[in-house]
Amino acid sequence: MKATRDSFGEELAALGERDPSIVVLDADLSKSTKTDKFAKKFPERFFEMGIAEANMIGTAAGLALSGKIPFAASFGAFITGRYDQIRMSVSYNRANVKLVGTHSGVAIGEDGHSQMGLEDVALLRSLPNFSIYQPADDVETRAVIQYAAAEFGPCYIRLTRQKLPDLFNAATYKFVPGKWATLHEGSDIALIGTGALTSSLMEANKKMGNKFTVINACSLKPVDEKLILHLAENYDLIVTAEDHYSIGGLGSAVAEVMSLAPGKASLHRIGLETFGESGGPEEVFAHFKLDAAGIVERLERLQDGI
Amino acid sequence: MNIQTQSILEGSQKLINDQATANRLRSTILRMIHSAKSGHPGGSFSCLDILMTIFADLLRFRADDPEWADRDRCILSKGHGVPALYAVQAECGFFPKEWLMTLRHLGSPLQGHPDRFRMACVEAATGSLGQGLSIAQGMALAGKLDKKDYRVFCIVGDGEIQEGQIWEAAMSAPKFKLDNLTVIVDYNHGQIDGRSDEVMSLEPLADKWRAFNWNVLEVDGHDRKELKKVLPQKLAGQPTLIIAHTIKGKGVSFMEGVIDWHGVAPSDAELAKALKELES
Repeated sequence: MKATRDSFGEELAALGERDPSIVVLDADLSKSTKTDKFAKKFPERFFEMGIAEANMIGTAAGLALSGKIPFAASFGAFITGRYDQIRMSVSYNRANVKLVGTHSGVAIGEDGHSQMGLEDVALLRSLPNFSIYQPADDVETRAVIQYAAAEFGPCYIRLTRQKLPDLFNAATYKFVPGKWATLHEGSDIALIGTGALTSSLMEANKKMGNKFTVINACSLKPVDEKLILHLAENYDLIVTAEDHYSIGGLGSAVAEVMSLAPGKASLHRIGLETFGESGGPEEVFAHFKLDAAGIVERLERLQDGI
Repeated sequence: MNIQTQSILEGSQKLINDQATANRLRSTILRMIHSAKSGHPGGSFSCLDILMTIFADLLRFRADDPEWADRDRCILSKGHGVPALYAVQAECGFFPKEWLMTLRHLGSPLQGHPDRFRMACVEAATGSLGQGLSIAQGMALAGKLDKKDYRVFCIVGDGEIQEGQIWEAAMSAPKFKLDNLTVIVDYNHGQIDGRSDEVMSLEPLADKWRAFNWNVLEVDGHDRKELKKVLPQKLAGQPTLIIAHTIKGKGVSFMEGVIDWHGVAPSDAELAKALKELES
C-alpha cells in the first residue's frame, strides 16, 4: 500500500540524480505533493513559487522553452484551475511541462470540495497536445514519472492522497501510452477503472466471484481505442469508474471511442454527479459509492436492470 | 497592392535605428493591418521605437539561427502589438519581408497574435494577457541555472498590468534575483474600454514596482537615443522594470492618443492619409 503522491516524490528525487535538466516547481504545497524530497536533494533546481499557481505554470513554460524539463506540482484542483495558463503558456507553446496534480477526487476526505480535483481530466483532455496519465499503484506511478521525464511533450499526471494497494510487479510492468492493462479476464461485463477505482473494481469483482473482466486505464489520453472497440463488440456491458465527475473523464473518453463503431455493449459511467463534501476519507469514498461495497451495489442494480 | 508591397521590400537587412526607418516600418505596419482588414495599430505604434531599439542596439541574436542557445530573448507579452514585432524582425532578416503582407491571412505563419510554433523567431506565444512575464522569468531562471549570460526582455502593456499574474511574477522575480530580466511597460494609457487611468488606474506605477523590490527606471518611449541609453541598464541582484512613456498610435497625427485606434484597421482613405504623413 502506498499513496501515488509518495511514489511520485521518491521517483522524482531519484530521477533528479540521473537527469540534471529536471527542475521542480511547487506552490507552497511541497510537503503534500511530496516534491519536498527533490527540494532537499537539489535545492538549486527547486523553485518555491508561493501560493501563485498561474505564475508557477508560466515560469515552468519558460524553463521548458529554455531546455529544462520542469515538473510543476500542486493539488489537481489548483493546477487545472489555472486553465488559461495551461492552454496558452504550456499547450499552445508546445512547452515540455509536466503538470502533476495530487489530491485528486473526493477520497481526500476532510478538506472537502474546494480541495478536490474533480474536473481536472475533463479540462485538460480537451487540449490537442496534452497527454493525461493516472497511475493506480506505486509501480505504475514510478513508471509513468520515468516515462514523462523521458518523453517530449506536455502532460498531466493525476495522483492520489490516499494509499492504494499494489497491483503491478515492478519486474514485468511497462508503461505504454494508449495501452490499458487487463488485470482479470472474465465475461459479460468489462469493468474499466482508473487510479484508485481500479482497486475498488478488483475487490468488487472478487466479492462477486471474479466473473467479470477488469481493466486498468492509466493512459487517459491517449486511450486504448483498440481495446475499447474490442470490448464493445464482445461484452454486453462496459462499466467505467473514476473519482472524477462523470462528465468529461474516463467514461466520456470511452463513450467517444464507442461512438466510432457499432458494437453490442452498452455503457455505464460511474463517477461524481454532485459536489464533493467533507468527512473521513474512507467514509466519503463509501458515501459516493466508489469503494468495493458501493461498486458491488451498483453492479447488482445494473444486473437487475439487464 | 503591388506598389504597397514594393515599398515594404525596400530597406536593408540590418535594422537601422533612425527616424526614417521608424517611419518606414510604421507605414509597413499600417499596410499589413490594412491588408488583414484587422489588427491593432495603436499599440503597435506605441511599442515600435522600443522594439527597434532592443533589436538594433541591445539584443544578441542570429537571424539565421533564431533558436541559438546563447541568444538574448525578447518576449512581446502584449501580443496584440505583434505587427510591430514582425516588421522589426523582418527588417533584421529573420524571415522574408514578403511574408509581412500575409499577416492574419489563412495559412500564414504570421498569426494575429504571436505564435512560437509557426515562427521560430517568436520566443513565446502570447496574447492572452498577463502571461509573458512568467514565461520570461522561466527563461531568466534557466539562464542562471545554465550559467549563461543571456538577457531576457519582456514588453508588457499598461492595461495588461491589470492582470493578477503580472503581480505574482512581480513578487517572484526579485526573490530569484533575476538581474538578467528587464521588463518594459509600454505606458500608452489606452485600452479597449478607454484610458487605462479610468478603466483601472495603475498609479502610482513606479512606486508599486519599487515596493516589490525592482530596479525601476523611466524613459520617453519614443526617444530612441534615450531608449538606447536606458534600456540596457541593470543592477546586480535585482530585476529591472522600465516605464516607457508612450503615445498610442504614435506617428500618425489622427491616430495619436485616440483610443478607437486600439484595434481597428484603417480604411483605404485613412491608410492613404496616414501614408502621406509617414512618407513625406
